[in-house]
Amino acid sequence: MSETSTSLYEQLGGEAAVNAAVDIFYRKVLTDYRINRFFDNTDIEKQAAKQKAFLTMAFGGPNNYNGADMRQAHAHLVKKLGLDDSHFDAVMEHLGATLQELNVPQALIGQVAAIAESTRNDVLGR
Amino acid sequence: MSQKKITLDDRDIFCHEEETVLDALLRENIDIPHACREGACQSCMIRSLKGAPPAAAQNGLKDVLRHQNHFLACLCYPQQDMVLSLSTPADFFTEATVVGKELLNAETLLLTLQCKELLDYYAGQFVNLKRADGLVRSYSIANNRIHANKLTFHIRRLAGGRFSEWAHQELNIGDSIAVSDPKGLCYYLPSAPEQSMLLIGTGSGLAPLAGIISEALHHGHTGPIHLYHGSREMDGLYWIEEMQQLARQYPNFHYTACVSRGDAPEGVAKGRANDVAVAALPSLKGWRVYLCGHPDMVNQTKRQVYLKGAAFQDIYADAFHVASATLD
Repeated sequence: MSETSTSLYEQLGGEAAVNAAVDIFYRKVLTDYRINRFFDNTDIEKQAAKQKAFLTMAFGGPNNYNGADMRQAHAHLVKKLGLDDSHFDAVMEHLGATLQELNVPQALIGQVAAIAESTRNDVLGR
Repeated sequence: MSQKKITLDDRDIFCHEEETVLDALLRENIDIPHACREGACQSCMIRSLKGAPPAAAQNGLKDVLRHQNHFLACLCYPQQDMVLSLSTPADFFTEATVVGKELLNAETLLLTLQCKELLDYYAGQFVNLKRADGLVRSYSIANNRIHANKLTFHIRRLAGGRFSEWAHQELNIGDSIAVSDPKGLCYYLPSAPEQSMLLIGTGSGLAPLAGIISEALHHGHTGPIHLYHGSREMDGLYWIEEMQQLARQYPNFHYTACVSRGDAPEGVAKGRANDVAVAALPSLKGWRVYLCGHPDMVNQTKRQVYLKGAAFQDIYADAFHVASATLD
Protein backbone atom coordinates (compact mmCIF):
# COMPACT_ATOMS: atom_id res chain seq x y z
CA MET A 1 0.00 0.00 0.00
CA SER A 2 1.42 3.41 -0.93
CA GLU A 3 1.60 6.55 1.23
CA THR A 4 -1.00 8.27 -0.92
CA SER A 5 -3.64 5.54 -0.60
CA THR A 6 -3.25 5.42 3.19
CA SER A 7 -3.87 9.11 3.34
CA LEU A 8 -6.90 8.85 1.07
CA TYR A 9 -8.48 6.34 3.49
CA GLU A 10 -7.73 8.66 6.40
CA GLN A 11 -9.01 11.73 4.62
CA LEU A 12 -12.27 9.93 3.90
CA GLY A 13 -12.70 9.02 7.56
CA GLY A 14 -11.55 5.38 7.74
CA GLU A 15 -13.80 2.53 8.77
CA ALA A 16 -16.66 4.71 10.00
CA ALA A 17 -16.85 6.33 6.58
CA VAL A 18 -16.87 2.94 4.87
CA ASN A 19 -19.74 1.81 7.09
CA ALA A 20 -21.76 4.91 6.29
CA ALA A 21 -21.06 4.47 2.58
CA VAL A 22 -21.94 0.74 2.48
CA ASP A 23 -25.26 1.53 4.13
CA ILE A 24 -26.24 3.95 1.36
CA PHE A 25 -24.45 2.31 -1.58
CA TYR A 26 -25.75 -1.23 -1.10
CA ARG A 27 -29.37 -0.07 -0.74
CA LYS A 28 -29.00 1.86 -4.00
CA VAL A 29 -27.60 -1.19 -5.77
CA LEU A 30 -30.29 -3.55 -4.48
CA THR A 31 -33.13 -1.25 -5.49
CA ASP A 32 -31.82 -0.53 -9.00
CA TYR A 33 -33.88 -2.61 -11.44
CA ARG A 34 -31.03 -2.48 -13.98
CA ILE A 35 -28.69 -4.50 -11.78
CA ASN A 36 -30.45 -6.03 -8.80
CA ARG A 37 -31.18 -9.31 -10.58
CA PHE A 38 -27.47 -10.11 -10.24
CA PHE A 39 -28.03 -10.30 -6.49
CA ASP A 40 -31.20 -12.43 -6.59
CA ASN A 41 -29.59 -15.63 -5.39
CA THR A 42 -27.12 -14.24 -2.89
CA ASP A 43 -27.20 -14.16 0.87
CA ILE A 44 -27.47 -10.39 1.13
CA GLU A 45 -25.81 -10.25 4.52
CA LYS A 46 -22.70 -12.06 3.26
CA GLN A 47 -22.84 -9.91 0.16
CA ALA A 48 -22.86 -6.78 2.35
CA ALA A 49 -19.54 -7.92 3.89
CA LYS A 50 -18.12 -8.20 0.36
CA GLN A 51 -19.42 -4.74 -0.49
CA LYS A 52 -17.65 -3.45 2.59
CA ALA A 53 -14.39 -5.10 1.58
CA PHE A 54 -14.79 -3.61 -1.91
CA LEU A 55 -15.50 -0.10 -0.64
CA THR A 56 -12.63 -0.34 1.86
CA MET A 57 -10.38 -1.09 -1.08
CA ALA A 58 -11.84 1.71 -3.20
CA PHE A 59 -11.35 4.09 -0.28
CA GLY A 60 -7.66 3.26 -0.31
CA GLY A 61 -7.95 1.26 2.91
CA PRO A 62 -6.40 -2.06 3.94
CA ASN A 63 -7.26 -4.83 1.54
CA ASN A 64 -6.16 -8.05 -0.03
CA TYR A 65 -7.58 -7.35 -3.47
CA ASN A 66 -7.15 -10.34 -5.70
CA GLY A 67 -8.00 -9.90 -9.38
CA ALA A 68 -8.28 -13.64 -9.96
CA ASP A 69 -10.86 -14.02 -7.16
CA MET A 70 -12.81 -11.08 -8.56
CA ARG A 71 -12.88 -12.72 -12.01
CA GLN A 72 -13.94 -16.05 -10.62
CA ALA A 73 -16.68 -14.52 -8.46
CA HIS A 74 -18.26 -12.74 -11.43
CA ALA A 75 -17.57 -15.30 -14.18
CA HIS A 76 -21.00 -16.96 -13.99
CA LEU A 77 -22.73 -13.55 -14.04
CA VAL A 78 -20.86 -12.59 -17.20
CA LYS A 79 -21.52 -15.93 -18.87
CA LYS A 80 -25.09 -16.68 -17.80
CA LEU A 81 -26.69 -13.30 -17.03
CA GLY A 82 -24.83 -11.07 -19.46
CA LEU A 83 -23.02 -8.84 -16.98
CA ASP A 84 -21.40 -6.08 -19.06
CA ASP A 85 -20.08 -2.49 -19.07
CA SER A 86 -23.54 -0.99 -18.72
CA HIS A 87 -24.00 -2.75 -15.37
CA PHE A 88 -20.53 -1.80 -14.18
CA ASP A 89 -21.34 1.80 -15.13
CA ALA A 90 -24.53 1.66 -13.06
CA VAL A 91 -22.56 0.54 -10.00
CA MET A 92 -20.04 3.35 -10.58
CA GLU A 93 -22.94 5.80 -10.77
CA HIS A 94 -24.23 4.62 -7.36
CA LEU A 95 -20.76 4.86 -5.88
CA GLY A 96 -20.43 8.49 -7.00
CA ALA A 97 -23.94 9.38 -5.80
CA THR A 98 -23.26 7.75 -2.43
CA LEU A 99 -20.11 9.79 -1.88
CA GLN A 100 -21.90 12.97 -2.93
CA GLU A 101 -24.65 12.24 -0.40
CA LEU A 102 -21.93 11.96 2.24
CA ASN A 103 -20.52 15.34 1.15
CA VAL A 104 -17.16 13.91 0.12
CA PRO A 105 -15.12 16.54 -1.78
CA GLN A 106 -15.11 16.07 -5.56
CA ALA A 107 -11.34 15.51 -5.74
CA LEU A 108 -11.55 12.57 -3.34
CA ILE A 109 -14.56 11.12 -5.17
CA GLY A 110 -12.38 11.14 -8.27
CA GLN A 111 -9.67 9.14 -6.51
CA VAL A 112 -12.16 6.57 -5.16
CA ALA A 113 -13.76 6.23 -8.58
CA ALA A 114 -10.36 5.66 -10.18
CA ILE A 115 -9.56 2.79 -7.80
CA ALA A 116 -13.01 1.22 -8.32
CA GLU A 117 -12.64 1.66 -12.07
CA SER A 118 -9.38 -0.32 -11.97
CA THR A 119 -11.38 -3.49 -11.17
CA ARG A 120 -13.56 -3.23 -14.30
CA ASN A 121 -11.64 -5.73 -16.44
CA ASP A 122 -11.42 -8.25 -13.60
CA VAL A 123 -15.15 -7.99 -12.89
CA LEU A 124 -16.07 -8.33 -16.55
CA GLY A 125 -13.58 -11.14 -17.16
CA ARG A 126 -11.45 -9.43 -19.81
CA MET B 1 7.81 -9.80 30.09
CA SER B 2 4.35 -9.17 28.90
CA GLN B 3 3.96 -11.91 26.35
CA LYS B 4 0.74 -13.84 26.77
CA LYS B 5 0.04 -17.51 26.29
CA ILE B 6 -2.65 -18.49 23.80
CA THR B 7 -4.02 -22.01 24.04
CA LEU B 8 -5.66 -23.07 20.82
CA ASP B 9 -7.11 -26.55 20.45
CA ASP B 10 -4.35 -28.13 22.62
CA ARG B 11 -1.53 -26.02 21.24
CA ASP B 12 0.29 -23.31 23.16
CA ILE B 13 1.42 -20.21 21.29
CA PHE B 14 3.00 -17.08 22.69
CA CYS B 15 1.71 -13.71 21.63
CA HIS B 16 4.42 -11.06 21.89
CA GLU B 17 3.89 -7.52 23.03
CA GLU B 18 2.54 -5.28 20.22
CA GLU B 19 1.39 -8.37 18.35
CA THR B 20 -2.21 -9.28 17.56
CA VAL B 21 -3.63 -12.75 18.04
CA LEU B 22 -3.90 -13.03 14.25
CA ASP B 23 -0.21 -12.15 13.81
CA ALA B 24 0.79 -14.72 16.42
CA LEU B 25 -1.31 -17.48 14.85
CA LEU B 26 -0.02 -16.75 11.36
CA ARG B 27 3.57 -16.62 12.66
CA GLU B 28 3.00 -20.17 13.93
CA ASN B 29 1.61 -21.21 10.54
CA ILE B 30 -1.88 -21.81 11.90
CA ASP B 31 -4.43 -21.71 9.13
CA ILE B 32 -6.99 -19.07 10.11
CA PRO B 33 -9.20 -17.25 7.60
CA HIS B 34 -8.31 -13.56 7.36
CA ALA B 35 -8.29 -10.72 4.84
CA CYS B 36 -8.33 -7.02 5.71
CA ARG B 37 -6.49 -7.21 9.07
CA GLU B 38 -8.35 -4.12 10.18
CA GLY B 39 -11.62 -5.35 11.62
CA ALA B 40 -13.58 -4.66 8.45
CA CYS B 41 -14.17 -8.05 6.85
CA GLN B 42 -14.68 -10.05 10.08
CA SER B 43 -13.27 -13.15 8.43
CA CYS B 44 -10.83 -13.82 11.32
CA MET B 45 -13.59 -14.06 13.93
CA ILE B 46 -12.75 -16.53 16.68
CA ARG B 47 -14.20 -17.38 20.11
CA SER B 48 -12.63 -17.10 23.54
CA LEU B 49 -13.45 -20.13 25.69
CA LYS B 50 -12.22 -18.59 28.92
CA GLY B 51 -13.21 -15.08 29.89
CA ALA B 52 -14.17 -12.05 27.86
CA PRO B 53 -11.77 -10.84 25.16
CA PRO B 54 -10.63 -7.17 25.15
CA ALA B 55 -13.61 -4.97 24.21
CA ALA B 56 -11.63 -3.29 21.42
CA ALA B 57 -11.34 -6.65 19.67
CA GLN B 58 -15.15 -6.91 19.45
CA ASN B 59 -15.63 -3.67 17.53
CA GLY B 60 -18.48 -3.94 15.02
CA LEU B 61 -19.70 -7.38 16.09
CA LYS B 62 -23.35 -8.14 16.78
CA ASP B 63 -24.28 -7.93 20.45
CA VAL B 64 -24.99 -11.66 20.68
CA LEU B 65 -21.56 -12.47 19.23
CA ARG B 66 -19.90 -10.15 21.76
CA HIS B 67 -22.01 -11.73 24.46
CA GLN B 68 -20.66 -15.17 23.53
CA ASN B 69 -17.05 -13.90 23.59
CA HIS B 70 -16.46 -13.89 19.85
CA PHE B 71 -13.82 -11.41 18.73
CA LEU B 72 -11.67 -10.43 15.76
CA ALA B 73 -8.17 -11.90 15.95
CA CYS B 74 -6.74 -9.01 13.91
CA LEU B 75 -7.87 -6.43 16.49
CA CYS B 76 -6.94 -8.39 19.61
CA TYR B 77 -3.93 -7.50 21.75
CA PRO B 78 -4.30 -10.01 24.61
CA GLN B 79 -4.50 -8.53 28.11
CA GLN B 80 -4.09 -11.95 29.72
CA ASP B 81 -3.53 -15.57 28.73
CA MET B 82 -6.33 -16.77 26.45
CA VAL B 83 -7.97 -20.08 25.55
CA LEU B 84 -9.38 -20.12 22.04
CA SER B 85 -11.06 -22.50 19.67
CA LEU B 86 -11.24 -22.50 15.90
CA SER B 87 -13.48 -25.55 15.71
CA THR B 88 -17.01 -25.90 17.03
CA PRO B 89 -17.03 -27.80 20.30
CA ALA B 90 -18.58 -31.27 20.36
CA ASP B 91 -22.19 -31.46 21.45
CA PHE B 92 -22.71 -32.02 25.16
CA PHE B 93 -26.01 -33.68 26.01
CA THR B 94 -28.02 -33.73 29.20
CA GLU B 95 -30.87 -36.09 29.97
CA ALA B 96 -34.48 -34.93 29.98
CA THR B 97 -37.88 -36.48 30.60
CA VAL B 98 -41.07 -35.81 28.65
CA VAL B 99 -43.53 -34.17 31.06
CA GLY B 100 -46.07 -32.71 28.64
CA LYS B 101 -47.47 -33.46 25.22
CA GLU B 102 -50.41 -31.68 23.61
CA LEU B 103 -51.43 -30.55 20.15
CA LEU B 104 -51.29 -26.86 19.23
CA ASN B 105 -53.04 -27.60 15.94
CA ALA B 106 -53.51 -30.65 13.74
CA GLU B 107 -49.84 -30.77 12.78
CA THR B 108 -47.93 -29.09 15.61
CA LEU B 109 -47.07 -30.70 18.91
CA LEU B 110 -46.25 -28.77 22.08
CA LEU B 111 -43.62 -30.91 23.79
CA THR B 112 -42.48 -30.12 27.34
CA LEU B 113 -39.26 -31.60 28.71
CA GLN B 114 -37.92 -31.53 32.23
CA CYS B 115 -34.10 -31.43 32.17
CA LYS B 116 -32.00 -33.09 34.85
CA GLU B 117 -29.57 -30.18 34.90
CA LEU B 118 -30.22 -26.48 34.56
CA LEU B 119 -29.59 -25.26 31.04
CA ASP B 120 -28.06 -21.82 30.57
CA TYR B 121 -29.99 -20.71 27.51
CA TYR B 122 -31.49 -17.55 26.07
CA ALA B 123 -35.01 -17.30 24.72
CA GLY B 124 -34.80 -17.84 20.97
CA GLN B 125 -31.91 -20.30 21.01
CA PHE B 126 -32.29 -23.89 19.86
CA VAL B 127 -31.04 -27.27 21.05
CA ASN B 128 -30.45 -30.61 19.39
CA LEU B 129 -32.81 -33.32 20.59
CA LYS B 130 -31.36 -36.84 20.38
CA ARG B 131 -33.36 -40.05 20.31
CA ALA B 132 -31.87 -43.18 21.95
CA ASP B 133 -30.72 -44.55 18.56
CA GLY B 134 -28.77 -41.35 17.85
CA LEU B 135 -31.24 -39.59 15.50
CA VAL B 136 -30.80 -35.85 16.08
CA ARG B 137 -32.95 -32.85 15.10
CA SER B 138 -32.70 -29.16 16.04
CA TYR B 139 -35.66 -27.44 17.70
CA SER B 140 -36.09 -23.93 19.05
CA ILE B 141 -36.82 -23.39 22.72
CA ALA B 142 -40.27 -21.80 22.92
CA ASN B 143 -40.24 -20.52 26.49
CA ASN B 144 -38.30 -17.80 28.27
CA ARG B 145 -35.47 -18.19 30.77
CA ILE B 146 -37.67 -18.17 33.85
CA HIS B 147 -38.33 -21.91 33.63
CA ALA B 148 -34.68 -22.84 33.83
CA ASN B 149 -35.00 -26.58 33.55
CA LYS B 150 -38.35 -26.96 31.82
CA LEU B 151 -38.19 -26.53 28.07
CA THR B 152 -41.01 -26.40 25.56
CA PHE B 153 -40.82 -27.05 21.82
CA HIS B 154 -43.23 -26.77 18.90
CA ILE B 155 -42.75 -29.84 16.76
CA ARG B 156 -44.43 -29.71 13.40
CA ARG B 157 -45.17 -33.03 11.84
CA LEU B 158 -43.51 -33.24 8.45
CA ALA B 159 -44.59 -35.90 5.97
CA GLY B 160 -41.90 -38.56 6.08
CA GLY B 161 -40.08 -36.71 8.87
CA ARG B 162 -38.48 -39.50 10.89
CA PHE B 163 -38.04 -37.50 14.08
CA SER B 164 -41.24 -35.45 13.98
CA GLU B 165 -43.46 -38.44 13.19
CA TRP B 166 -41.83 -40.40 16.00
CA ALA B 167 -42.27 -37.48 18.42
CA HIS B 168 -45.94 -37.13 17.46
CA GLN B 169 -46.82 -40.82 17.51
CA GLU B 170 -44.46 -42.78 19.72
CA LEU B 171 -42.84 -40.46 22.24
CA ASN B 172 -44.76 -40.64 25.52
CA ILE B 173 -44.88 -38.82 28.82
CA GLY B 174 -42.19 -40.26 31.10
CA ASP B 175 -39.86 -41.18 28.20
CA SER B 176 -36.25 -39.99 28.19
CA ILE B 177 -34.59 -37.92 25.49
CA ALA B 178 -31.19 -36.22 25.31
CA VAL B 179 -30.95 -32.41 25.02
CA SER B 180 -27.81 -30.63 23.76
CA ASP B 181 -26.31 -27.38 24.97
CA PRO B 182 -28.26 -24.38 23.67
CA LYS B 183 -27.06 -22.95 20.38
CA GLY B 184 -27.70 -20.14 17.96
CA LEU B 185 -27.45 -16.39 17.90
CA CYS B 186 -31.08 -15.48 17.32
CA TYR B 187 -32.00 -14.37 20.85
CA TYR B 188 -33.01 -11.44 23.01
CA LEU B 189 -30.66 -9.44 25.22
CA PRO B 190 -32.22 -6.75 27.42
CA SER B 191 -29.69 -4.14 26.28
CA ALA B 192 -32.02 -1.69 24.54
CA PRO B 193 -35.47 -1.78 26.20
CA GLU B 194 -36.79 1.14 24.15
CA GLN B 195 -35.87 -0.32 20.75
CA SER B 196 -38.72 -1.17 18.37
CA MET B 197 -38.90 -4.87 17.59
CA LEU B 198 -40.32 -6.76 14.61
CA LEU B 199 -40.73 -10.53 14.72
CA ILE B 200 -41.83 -12.51 11.69
CA GLY B 201 -42.40 -16.25 11.83
CA THR B 202 -44.14 -18.88 9.76
CA GLY B 203 -45.61 -22.13 11.06
CA SER B 204 -43.74 -23.50 14.06
CA GLY B 205 -41.27 -20.65 13.60
CA LEU B 206 -43.50 -19.01 16.19
CA ALA B 207 -41.73 -21.05 18.89
CA PRO B 208 -38.51 -19.03 19.35
CA LEU B 209 -40.36 -15.77 18.69
CA ALA B 210 -42.87 -16.52 21.46
CA GLY B 211 -39.93 -17.17 23.80
CA ILE B 212 -38.24 -13.92 22.79
CA ILE B 213 -41.45 -11.91 23.26
CA SER B 214 -42.07 -13.44 26.65
CA GLU B 215 -38.46 -12.72 27.66
CA ALA B 216 -38.63 -9.12 26.42
CA LEU B 217 -41.91 -8.42 28.21
CA HIS B 218 -40.57 -10.06 31.34
CA HIS B 219 -37.60 -7.66 31.23
CA GLY B 220 -39.94 -4.69 30.90
CA HIS B 221 -39.19 -3.93 27.24
CA THR B 222 -40.85 -0.57 26.59
CA GLY B 223 -40.43 -0.20 22.82
CA PRO B 224 -43.19 -1.44 20.50
CA ILE B 225 -43.05 -5.17 19.72
CA HIS B 226 -44.74 -6.29 16.50
CA LEU B 227 -45.34 -9.99 15.84
CA TYR B 228 -46.50 -11.30 12.45
CA HIS B 229 -47.28 -15.01 12.42
CA GLY B 230 -48.13 -16.56 9.09
CA SER B 231 -49.26 -19.80 7.55
CA ARG B 232 -50.83 -20.86 4.31
CA GLU B 233 -54.24 -21.40 5.85
CA MET B 234 -55.96 -20.91 9.17
CA ASP B 235 -55.33 -24.46 10.33
CA GLY B 236 -51.55 -23.85 10.25
CA LEU B 237 -51.81 -21.06 12.83
CA TYR B 238 -52.04 -21.54 16.58
CA TRP B 239 -52.01 -19.53 19.82
CA ILE B 240 -54.17 -16.85 18.17
CA GLU B 241 -56.20 -16.24 21.31
CA GLU B 242 -53.15 -16.41 23.56
CA MET B 243 -51.36 -13.77 21.49
CA GLN B 244 -54.47 -11.57 21.34
CA GLN B 245 -54.74 -11.87 25.10
CA LEU B 246 -51.07 -10.88 25.47
CA ALA B 247 -51.68 -7.84 23.25
CA ARG B 248 -54.54 -6.74 25.52
CA GLN B 249 -52.32 -7.20 28.55
CA TYR B 250 -49.29 -5.31 27.13
CA PRO B 251 -50.17 -2.17 25.14
CA ASN B 252 -46.73 -2.16 23.43
CA PHE B 253 -47.23 -5.68 22.02
CA HIS B 254 -48.98 -5.94 18.65
CA TYR B 255 -49.98 -9.18 17.00
CA THR B 256 -51.06 -9.91 13.43
CA ALA B 257 -51.99 -13.37 12.21
CA CYS B 258 -51.62 -13.82 8.44
CA VAL B 259 -52.77 -16.42 5.93
CA SER B 260 -51.38 -16.46 2.41
CA ARG B 261 -54.05 -18.61 0.74
CA GLY B 262 -57.69 -19.25 1.23
CA ASP B 263 -60.04 -16.97 3.11
CA ALA B 264 -58.85 -14.76 5.92
CA PRO B 265 -61.50 -14.37 8.61
CA GLU B 266 -62.01 -11.02 10.30
CA GLY B 267 -58.97 -9.94 12.32
CA VAL B 268 -56.56 -12.01 10.22
CA ALA B 269 -54.47 -10.40 7.47
CA LYS B 270 -54.39 -11.83 3.96
CA GLY B 271 -50.91 -12.34 2.53
CA ARG B 272 -47.52 -13.68 3.51
CA ALA B 273 -46.45 -12.58 6.96
CA ASN B 274 -43.30 -10.84 5.66
CA ASP B 275 -45.19 -8.93 2.96
CA VAL B 276 -47.97 -7.91 5.35
CA ALA B 277 -45.41 -6.69 7.91
CA VAL B 278 -43.29 -4.73 5.45
CA ALA B 279 -46.36 -3.08 3.91
CA ALA B 280 -47.86 -2.14 7.28
CA LEU B 281 -44.83 -0.75 9.08
CA PRO B 282 -43.03 2.56 8.60
CA SER B 283 -39.25 2.77 8.16
CA LEU B 284 -37.41 0.09 10.13
CA LYS B 285 -34.38 2.26 10.79
CA GLY B 286 -33.10 1.46 14.26
CA TRP B 287 -35.42 -1.57 14.66
CA ARG B 288 -34.38 -4.99 15.84
CA VAL B 289 -35.75 -7.77 13.66
CA TYR B 290 -36.14 -11.50 14.38
CA LEU B 291 -36.96 -13.95 11.60
CA CYS B 292 -37.82 -17.60 11.85
CA GLY B 293 -39.17 -19.98 9.26
CA HIS B 294 -38.22 -21.50 5.94
CA PRO B 295 -34.74 -20.35 4.80
CA ASP B 296 -36.18 -18.84 1.60
CA MET B 297 -38.64 -16.76 3.61
CA VAL B 298 -35.83 -15.71 5.95
CA ASN B 299 -33.53 -14.68 3.07
CA GLN B 300 -36.24 -12.82 1.23
CA THR B 301 -37.35 -11.01 4.37
CA LYS B 302 -33.79 -10.07 5.33
CA ARG B 303 -33.61 -8.20 2.04
CA GLN B 304 -37.03 -6.57 2.53
CA VAL B 305 -36.32 -5.33 6.04
CA TYR B 306 -32.82 -4.17 5.12
CA LEU B 307 -34.19 -2.12 2.23
CA LYS B 308 -36.79 -0.76 4.64
CA GLY B 309 -33.98 0.62 6.81
CA ALA B 310 -32.96 -2.11 9.29
CA ALA B 311 -29.21 -2.59 9.76
CA PHE B 312 -27.75 -6.07 9.29
CA GLN B 313 -26.44 -6.16 12.81
CA ASP B 314 -30.00 -5.74 14.05
CA ILE B 315 -31.39 -8.63 12.00
CA TYR B 316 -31.40 -11.94 13.86
CA ALA B 317 -32.14 -15.24 12.16
CA ASP B 318 -30.92 -18.78 12.26
CA ALA B 319 -31.23 -19.36 8.56
CA PHE B 320 -30.52 -23.09 8.62
CA HIS B 321 -33.42 -23.65 10.96
CA VAL B 322 -36.12 -25.19 8.80
CA ALA B 323 -39.30 -24.72 10.76
CA SER B 324 -41.64 -25.25 7.89
CA ALA B 325 -41.51 -27.25 4.69
CA THR B 326 -42.96 -24.46 2.60
CA LEU B 327 -42.34 -20.78 2.02
CA ASP B 328 -45.41 -19.76 3.96
